[in-house]
Amino acid sequence: MPVIDLANPTRFLSIVNRVLPWLIAATLLLFVIGLYRAMNAPDDYQQGATVKIMFLHVPAAWLGMFGWGLMSVAALGTLVWRHPLADVAGKAAAPIGAAFTFICLVTGSLWGRPTWGTYWVWDARLTSMLVLLLLYLGVLALYWTAEEPSRGARAAAVLSLVGAVNLPIIKFSVDWWNTLHQPASVFRMGGSTIAPALLTPLLIMTLAFTLLFLTLHLAVMRNEILRRRVRSMRLLQAQKLAEAGA
Amino acid sequence: MTIGPHADFIIAAYAVTIFVVAALVAWVVLDYSAQRRILGDLEERGVTRRSQRKD
Repeated sequence: MPVIDLANPTRFLSIVNRVLPWLIAATLLLFVIGLYRAMNAPDDYQQGATVKIMFLHVPAAWLGMFGWGLMSVAALGTLVWRHPLADVAGKAAAPIGAAFTFICLVTGSLWGRPTWGTYWVWDARLTSMLVLLLLYLGVLALYWTAEEPSRGARAAAVLSLVGAVNLPIIKFSVDWWNTLHQPASVFRMGGSTIAPALLTPLLIMTLAFTLLFLTLHLAVMRNEILRRRVRSMRLLQAQKLAEAGA
Repeated sequence: MTIGPHADFIIAAYAVTIFVVAALVAWVVLDYSAQRRILGDLEERGVTRRSQRKD
């Protein structure tokens, strides 16, 4: 099947309907394995059992950034190629990315209190992550408040591209500035600094959360396509009624 | 499995995550059934999209 066929919303819906059950099953299976491994992982020699928060915090941080990256690519599709599904993909990623960014901030705060002695500091990593959440809320506000959906979509696409500047700031904030947040320990030059007994469940949980994100994203895209169909049908109905009344 | 003296923080982190993910899933499922219902109602009233018209 040519990739261009995916540009057809009807074709896309039929593919999503076929793929979603498998994605849901794979996500659930990975969560069962990941949570079992996470709950039975050894305590960290310094942080003790609080290291179990890492199995939520790190995947949520990754997906908060992944969501914005997805929105930026979708924004190019909206602004440059006017791809019919690009805006649907961008709009669908926003609430999911915002939710994972929120989870990242809350779990990080709950992890910070016993390990750092504080829920929050205005260091570069934490602040840039908070900025990401505010950017997500800004995009959602643009979608929700625009009277004309296409104008809201263009404005959200522009903000998505501008906000992408924040992604390298988040990633390299721990290198560029002196932060309370630890430097990169999973994906770094020279390999991970995390012990395999903790790294393996972390990677499984990250994969499980990523599949959850993709599953939710496809499901929200499906809902958005249906919502647009409802809107166009209602507009046609209103047009017919107006013509009949004239 | 023991979660030590900071159990409250660990449980709170997992509880918040479960709550947010459950809220997302519930929103997706409810929104899907709502859109399907509205589309069904419109089709029952004979409203069709341009691409569905045969004439």
